[in-house]
Amino acid sequence: MPHPETWLKVTSAGLFCEPGGFFVDPPRAVDRAVVTHAHSDHARPGHRAVLASPETLALMRTRLGEGQAGLSQQPLGWGERLRVGEVDVWLEPAGHVLGSAQVAMEWRGSRAVVSGDYKRAADPTTPGFVPIPCDVFVTEATFALPVFRHPRPEAEIARLLESVDLFPERTHVVGCYSLGKCQRLVALLRQAGWERPIYLHGAHVALCETYAALGVDLGELRPATVAGKAALVGAIVLAPPSAIADRWARRLAEPVVCSASGWMRVRQRAKQGGIELPLVISDHADWDELNATLDEVGAPEVWVTHGREEALIHAAGQRGIRGRALRLLGYGDEEA
Amino acid sequence: MIAFANLLERLVFTPGRNAKIALLRRYFATQPDPDRGIGLAAVTGALSFAAAKPGLIRELAATRTDPELFAWSYDYVGDLAETVALMWPERPVNAPPPRLADVVATLATEHKSDLPGIVAGWLDASDASVRLALLKLITGGLRVGVSARLAKVAVADLSEGRVRPDDVEEVWHGLAPPYAELFAWVEGRAPRPDPAQAPVFRPPMLAHPLEQADFAALDAADWRAEWKWDGIRVQLVATDGGARLYSRGADDISAAFPEIVQAIRFRGVLDGELLVVRDGVVAPFSDLQQRLNRKSVGARMLREFPVAVRLYDMLFEGAQDVRQLPFDARRARLEAWYAAARPARMDLSELIAFDSLEHLAALRDGARAAAIEGLMLKRADAPYVPGRPKGLWWKWKREPLTIDAVLMYAQRGHGKRGSFYSDYTFGLWRTGEHGADELVPVGKAYFGFTDAELAHLDRWVRNHTVARFGPVREVEKAFVLEVAFDAAQRSARHKSGVALRFPRIARLRPDKPAAEADRLETLMRLVENAPTTNA
Repeated sequence: MPHPETWLKVTSAGLFCEPGGFFVDPPRAVDRAVVTHAHSDHARPGHRAVLASPETLALMRTRLGEGQAGLSQQPLGWGERLRVGEVDVWLEPAGHVLGSAQVAMEWRGSRAVVSGDYKRAADPTTPGFVPIPCDVFVTEATFALPVFRHPRPEAEIARLLESVDLFPERTHVVGCYSLGKCQRLVALLRQAGWERPIYLHGAHVALCETYAALGVDLGELRPATVAGKAALVGAIVLAPPSAIADRWARRLAEPVVCSASGWMRVRQRAKQGGIELPLVISDHADWDELNATLDEVGAPEVWVTHGREEALIHAAGQRGIRGRALRLLGYGDEEA
Repeated sequence: MIAFANLLERLVFTPGRNAKIALLRRYFATQPDPDRGIGLAAVTGALSFAAAKPGLIRELAATRTDPELFAWSYDYVGDLAETVALMWPERPVNAPPPRLADVVATLATEHKSDLPGIVAGWLDASDASVRLALLKLITGGLRVGVSARLAKVAVADLSEGRVRPDDVEEVWHGLAPPYAELFAWVEGRAPRPDPAQAPVFRPPMLAHPLEQADFAALDAADWRAEWKWDGIRVQLVATDGGARLYSRGADDISAAFPEIVQAIRFRGVLDGELLVVRDGVVAPFSDLQQRLNRKSVGARMLREFPVAVRLYDMLFEGAQDVRQLPFDARRARLEAWYAAARPARMDLSELIAFDSLEHLAALRDGARAAAIEGLMLKRADAPYVPGRPKGLWWKWKREPLTIDAVLMYAQRGHGKRGSFYSDYTFGLWRTGEHGADELVPVGKAYFGFTDAELAHLDRWVRNHTVARFGPVREVEKAFVLEVAFDAAQRSARHKSGVALRFPRIARLRPDKPAAEADRLETLMRLVENAPTTNA
């Protein structure tokens, strides 16, 4: 049985599956790409052929425009095996954002899984992560330090609603990424019983519409940009992290600046951003989830794409799992 | 402990004064006694535990964490207590988090050798937020940006207006944690706690800076003048319950100035300026600084930096409240008392004779002693009014112009100063868009301080950084700098609309609360009066 390092290679153009003739999440335009999810650091524009989950393809079209999301797009449903070159390829949910997939590849009995970005916590907007036993597991390590343990998102949402209750005359503006985090926050708020309209920055509108078109119910959403200040008193507004403390936020009523991100676990990170209410809600696996996942997939070898690989490799090594840092450039730029 | 942890977590990120008061108020309104009173003591800095120190936390971390993972984590987080709180390995335990009051009682009574096991048990029963609150409480580093005054305002707020913050101030030092009788009073369930014989603090009367328009309206006959001495404002309180020396911010500084407390052989409340005085000559403020912010003081300090109080007002004579009397009447009582008592380490602030305001202006301009900042003008018929009433007391500083600004950012210097945060951006208060006060930067200064002051500031900056932008650190808005400058000019290039000519750090004001730093309007009025070249 060939070791995956003989057929899955790190090249300057990204992770290349040689017997399949395709790249996984290549950082620049290539002939054939398999894309794990639609975040811009994984789904680049301009590939000729793109293989991905139907949801990822739809989100790529929204983000990149019809012409840029692959000249030919091939959707692949969960668990459907497809022969690409000499390689069997299939996708299983990664639980990161809607459509996010792990790419499983098998060649001559040797199996590698590229997980992309993933999380293990439940998310009402996307199916949960499915562990796939494999010989090499390719993992992210965004939050691979033991200080990163995400609390239950429901508890963080409760803190947000408690603050809305305490400061009813102010607008709570939550900085969050437009793909995934935004819709998850909306869904979590709905689960917590927040039935009032939720206001969106313009950058968040299109992707919420795509989510809705893909069957994710988000309730009533309104553009924050056209709402008057009076309408935003006591309201919850979702906006990109770059907008929450900028001129855009002047339209809000004495805003409580919140941010929903795994980085909010560390005070210094929250203070740097001038965040008044940090909410630790992440779409990535935390330290415990990363380690539990390595144990579940049972791979003797783990490759780490990006993040704090040294700590994860150290912890894996203590359990007899061989770790390798791929040092792929360009990942982790978009969100957390 | 959960509610207390939530409170700390919100306070540490909340910049607005009103929002902080709302958070504190909710905590006090929803938590039971004695926990809320212990929480009040914790945020006002009234608790400290000798037996628990950072070393304890390091040892605990070593027993429960992998050393390499700990090192990487500490390197990333940058704060010991926070690192341990975040990475403490969770294990399911069948115990609720500890109660705040129990934690504090245990820390105060248990033997040092028993603490590691007790603290580890608490950490096991808590989530990250409670763990952090516990560890910060133990090491005495809450740093939530809440002054004692702000906490008292929040307590008073529970009364729906019946009890003012100054009322709380006047009983505060007669109370002790957990302050059950204080809460009962503000909630209308019990009468005002009677401080009885306790030597409590009385909120002081403060002056406004005198500006040209105010000056023109004065009638010389209505006013009394004194030199404005460059020391710190203090209040001497003596009752049958004891003698105390308080700073203007209501901190009990008796232990730092034992010679003053020993010299109090009377009953009453006096207002004055604490100064270093050698052979009758007042030393510069930098000498007094040697004595500030100390919990205790050694023989050498007492000898080399002898302090005295220059008295200027009397609030109580014996047990009699004389604050409603006019200034002249209080002054007469003060002089008569002084002549009879002749207390050691105290003298009277001289009343300056003058015929006209022009004469007074000349006196002010002629005063060049380093310890004289200018003049104080006090209305002859004014009662002693706590707070900053308009038009009763003026401070009229001599040239150069100065402002009390809040340190906002610090940047490393160059060359020899490369390792020091020596360039300071400071700001003044103004009313922001939403009615809340905000600081706006008005200038930058990188000289004027002594080497010792530079070392002090550098250390302060490193310990109070809230954000980093390359070489620049943003600091907690909690340190007041007195900035001297030659002129203020309008400038379209500055966010504040004003540029300072030749700004320098005149002195550090660690004694002054940031909220009492000057406002931008004060500076802008100085601009209007200055020649407007280079507009």
